[in-house]
Amino acid sequence: MRSRIREFDSSTLNESVQNTIMRDLKAVGKKFMHVLYPRKSNTLLRDWDLWGPLILCVTLALMLQRGSVDSEKDGGPQFAEVFVIVWFGAVTITLNSKLLGGNISFFQSLCVLGYCILPLTVAMLVCRLVLLAEPGPINFMVRLFVVIVMFAWSIVASTAFLADSQPPNRKALAVYPVFLFYFVISWMILTFTPQ
Amino acid sequence: MAAVDDLQFEEFGDTATSLAANPDATTISIEDPGETPKHQPGPPGGSGREEDDELLGNDDSDKTELLAGQKKSSPFWTFEYYQTFFDVDTYQVFDRIKGSLLPIPGKNFVRLYIRSNPDLYGPFWICATLVFAIAISGNLSNFLIHLGRKTYHYVPEFRKVSIAATIIYAYAWLVPLALWGFLVWRNSKVMNIVSYSFLEIVCVYGYSLFIYIPTAILWIIPQKVVRWILVMIALGISGSVLAMTFWPAVREDNRRIALATVVTIVLLHVLLSVGCLAYFFDAPEMDHLPTSTAAPNQTAAAAKAS
Repeated sequence: MRSRIREFDSSTLNESVQNTIMRDLKAVGKKFMHVLYPRKSNTLLRDWDLWGPLILCVTLALMLQRGSVDSEKDGGPQFAEVFVIVWFGAVTITLNSKLLGGNISFFQSLCVLGYCILPLTVAMLVCRLVLLAEPGPINFMVRLFVVIVMFAWSIVASTAFLADSQPPNRKALAVYPVFLFYFVISWMILTFTPQ
Repeated sequence: MAAVDDLQFEEFGDTATSLAANPDATTISIEDPGETPKHQPGPPGGSGREEDDELLGNDDSDKTELLAGQKKSSPFWTFEYYQTFFDVDTYQVFDRIKGSLLPIPGKNFVRLYIRSNPDLYGPFWICATLVFAIAISGNLSNFLIHLGRKTYHYVPEFRKVSIAATIIYAYAWLVPLALWGFLVWRNSKVMNIVSYSFLEIVCVYGYSLFIYIPTAILWIIPQKVVRWILVMIALGISGSVLAMTFWPAVREDNRRIALATVVTIVLLHVLLSVGCLAYFFDAPEMDHLPTSTAAPNQTAAAAKAS
């Protein structure tokens, strides 16, 4: 699930486990920084990996999990539902942008979309913390504000990376599904109610 | 009256509305620039036939079918084959959406906007947006309706998303399939001048669903009258787009069958919108259910309304 840029031709088989893990963790961390401060850079695209999206998706799905003793039919999204929405949503958006004639590779696009969920995961964390306090309209307004800000951040971050790969007269067609995708995730975060 | 030449040119912009200007721009950019207008059939004369040609496009449909055949030449297992279904620019998608919102009597959506370049982008993403619009609006509206009640605990009702998705996508793909099969069968019996490909029918259905997105959002307003007015407006617009598209395709046929086809199309559309309203949006009167038993009239009225 990783692309490697080998600067020197040495075997990584004999290094300690800590080295291996730290290298990958550092790569993931560097990409997190790129998402938090989006600039038009190629690092996310050139060196794609899917560890970050996996960690983010699992974290988000776990946090959206209610104390699942209640199996009412009309409850919140289950873990599998969140997972499926994130991954199939990302795949669909990638297919859409490739069909429209974009020149980004499949996994690069998945990587960007997955990493740009980071602001929304932060929003989920903040919402869970806020929900520990007294419920009421102020509580809701704070959560609404946080989710809206993070939603805008995700969109800006992903557009900064993805927009250039589209043909110029189809940019809006490629960006709209991204907007829909993050909107649905924001909706799931906003409507999360603990038991 | 103007000279024949003027009539000829006027025929293209004939419908003389700004909408007609756009298809010309569309054609020039899709097909060879400047050539396509010459391929349009010159009117044989008489204004009565002009409208028919606009609607039916006799030679036009032959030539566009040829052109369509030339475009989709990749085998179906390559990626390029599917790319031909997404060969639309932003302004073209906007034009098609605009065309679905403003049905003009006598204008055929397929001939005017799609012009042998059916795309799958519009139908797919309009249906996706509609699914989430209905589910989210239904959730919001139920929340607002039941807000005051002490026994109400908010649930996001996430299962309704999957149900909405099944309904909308089944409608947008299976009904066109059935309709296309039916039209092909009738075509083998009665020589119809106008025939649509499967993708064009999917395209019309997809774009005609666009009006339901703002309608679903406005359905949050918990007033029965407002909701039913919105249903009427949306049905009027999208139903007329569908009816005006398919009437030319069946009117050569037996009168009864033609009428029955168009009526069925509109009826299915009605079923979809009323069904969605009934299933995803709770009735507003439920809010006024009294907790005491001292008002049997109100209870009976609420039971009748829900």
